[in-house]
Amino acid sequence: MAQMTMIKAITNALQTELKNDENVLVFGEDVGQNGGVFRATEGLQDEFGEDRVFDTPLGESGIGGLSIGLGLQGFRPVMEIQFFGFVFETMDSINGQMARMRYRSGEAHNSPVTIRAPFGGGVHTPELHADSLEGLIAQQPGMKVVIPSTPYDAKGLLLSAIRDNDPVLFLEHMKLYRSFRGEVPEEEYTIDLGKADVKREGKDVTIVAYGAMVHSALKAADELEKNDIDAEVIDLRTVSPIDIETIIESVEKTNHVVVVQEAQRQAGVAANVVAEIQERAILHLEAPVLRVTAPDTVFAFSDAEEIWLPNEKDIIEKVNTVINY
Amino acid sequence: MKHVLESVESQFEMFQVLNEDGEIVNKDDMPDLSDEELKELMRRMVYTRILDQRSIALNRQGRLGFYAPTAGQEASQLGSQFALEQDDFLLPGYRDVPQLIWQGLPLYQAFLFSKGHFHGNQMPEDVHALSPQIIIGAQYVQTAGVALGMKLRGKKTVAVTYTGDGGTSQGDFYEGINFAGAYGAPAIFFVQNNYFAISVPVEKQSSTKTLAQKSVAAGIEGIQVDGMDVLAVYAVTKHARERAINGDGPMLIETLTYRYGPHTMSGDDPTRYRTDELNDEWEKKDPIVRFRTFLEDKGIWSEEEENKVVEDAKEDIKKAIKEADNYPKQKVTDLIGNMYEELPVNLQEQMEEYKEKESK
Ligand SMILES: Cc1ncc(C[n+]2csc(CCOP(=O)(O)OP(=O)(O)O)c2C)c(N)n1
Repeated sequence: MAQMTMIKAITNALQTELKNDENVLVFGEDVGQNGGVFRATEGLQDEFGEDRVFDTPLGESGIGGLSIGLGLQGFRPVMEIQFFGFVFETMDSINGQMARMRYRSGEAHNSPVTIRAPFGGGVHTPELHADSLEGLIAQQPGMKVVIPSTPYDAKGLLLSAIRDNDPVLFLEHMKLYRSFRGEVPEEEYTIDLGKADVKREGKDVTIVAYGAMVHSALKAADELEKNDIDAEVIDLRTVSPIDIETIIESVEKTNHVVVVQEAQRQAGVAANVVAEIQERAILHLEAPVLRVTAPDTVFAFSDAEEIWLPNEKDIIEKVNTVINY
Repeated sequence: MKHVLESVESQFEMFQVLNEDGEIVNKDDMPDLSDEELKELMRRMVYTRILDQRSIALNRQGRLGFYAPTAGQEASQLGSQFALEQDDFLLPGYRDVPQLIWQGLPLYQAFLFSKGHFHGNQMPEDVHALSPQIIIGAQYVQTAGVALGMKLRGKKTVAVTYTGDGGTSQGDFYEGINFAGAYGAPAIFFVQNNYFAISVPVEKQSSTKTLAQKSVAAGIEGIQVDGMDVLAVYAVTKHARERAINGDGPMLIETLTYRYGPHTMSGDDPTRYRTDELNDEWEKKDPIVRFRTFLEDKGIWSEEEENKVVEDAKEDIKKAIKEADNYPKQKVTDLIGNMYEELPVNLQEQMEEYKEKESK
């Protein structure tokens, strides 16, 4: 099996599906000759030509609308938003239009669009480049929101996303792009959307996380083990819809939960997870479900970034609180 | 029907005052500037070129954060800024830091902006400007609002904004010029056409032959200017400003220019999309070289004078970066404090929590 970074796994998935299905089109700002600002589409235009892999003019609203229109013509658009902070320019296409295409057309049409975008903090980007805005789209029925945490998951989930007939937002944490390698089969495989993954089994506490926070949770779990606390780490992988079954199964075993997200605290995915747990499993809880999140401010770039972002220490602290409740 | 397009395009020929050899080719439009003012323009361009070189070096040393190089665009940026008054309102894009500096933003604050420190966004009281916009197009729609506000208040000032060639593809670009046109608002919209939006050449950005002609759809005046010719840019901006404050509405100005460096210092590699030949071609049009020739021929500029500007710039930059380095670091509690005018309960709690964290 090959060892790949997450960015390579993503390129590999795009290449696989461009080969498999001639309806797949890959486009966005700078994705052609330049291969994307992160090189996620490197080499794809050379291999598949300018009709399949192309640069768009600079306009996210245009890119979103183009995707919807191409979808109506039977294509499977894979559009890139260069940095997820620019999603506001095309919010109408996503939440207002793609998500309700089935409804608006009486089920005659859908929007088989995959929206890829880098996001996430810790890499010292300027304003509106790092923001965790998954909650905005996760709130929209009709959209699926996927956030991989490993190269293996990235490939399998991206293939599923492109093959899915509903619109899927596929968010790529910038810090994970090149920070480590993992095993990724060269052959194709898919991972079901909407299925969480137990990344580490444990019996004392459940830590639910996604994206880069999965790695912080795993580090926290290693530390906790030294104090005889055996943590189970669940990677949501899809934050909309949420795999509540996997979570409840774990809660029934551990009776303690901490939910972790990089995003700000207010509203958001973690709040939803907490609400689902208390509605479905309150009698299995031995302590309140606690959250580890960023504070309710704009993303703090530069100097304040490291302290703003949640980390394994914050997770350990909250785990200790629920265990000792 | 092709006729319509051709007749529109033919109205947008590039306006120039000073050619590549430093000769005046358009006497009628030579702006009315004193020798001192001409020298000041040169001083600003040379200073800004040095600032760009030093900023790139400082960025490489890790002493700056986000930085978008400006070399090549001095005539476009500073020729336009030179025509503004102190009470005009500036809404720059991320590459338009030089205009802010010459409008009065202290250098150390420009460095703090680059480092992502919010004190870099705090304009001195007499600098009417927003800090550089990251979201392409957002400044265009906002400019329509500032300009309408000026009109409603009966002010004799203008709102001025900048985007690039790529920026003209954004919906906000069209909405901005259209709104300002509809209200007859005193706005000046610059498009700095440096031929590339990161890697995408302008020919792939739009099928339009000039970007200035986009003004036609909004029903406003538009013009294409040699953006390497500081006198042309100055003259056109001065004209646009006068029109605007006289109630003749907004103007769209396309400057043909070039960025010599990478798009930003965050990993862009221009060799992936630009050739050496193209770079050479543009370096021949260098705004500083041609203006120097003009001033020297006029007998009002010398090597010594230029060297002095270079030395002064280096000295200022050294001081400013030290000041930026020594400025208190931005804290999460600062951010919590400035989210709202009054802290809501969630942030009051978080303030306590982060105060404690930061004290460790
Ligand atoms: C809404 C939005 N989309 C995308 C970007 C990413 N981006 C930053 S600069 C740039 C190219 C801009 O090119 P242009 O407008 O020609 O200006 P230049 O940088 O060449 O001066 C892109 C795509 C952004 N900052 N904002």
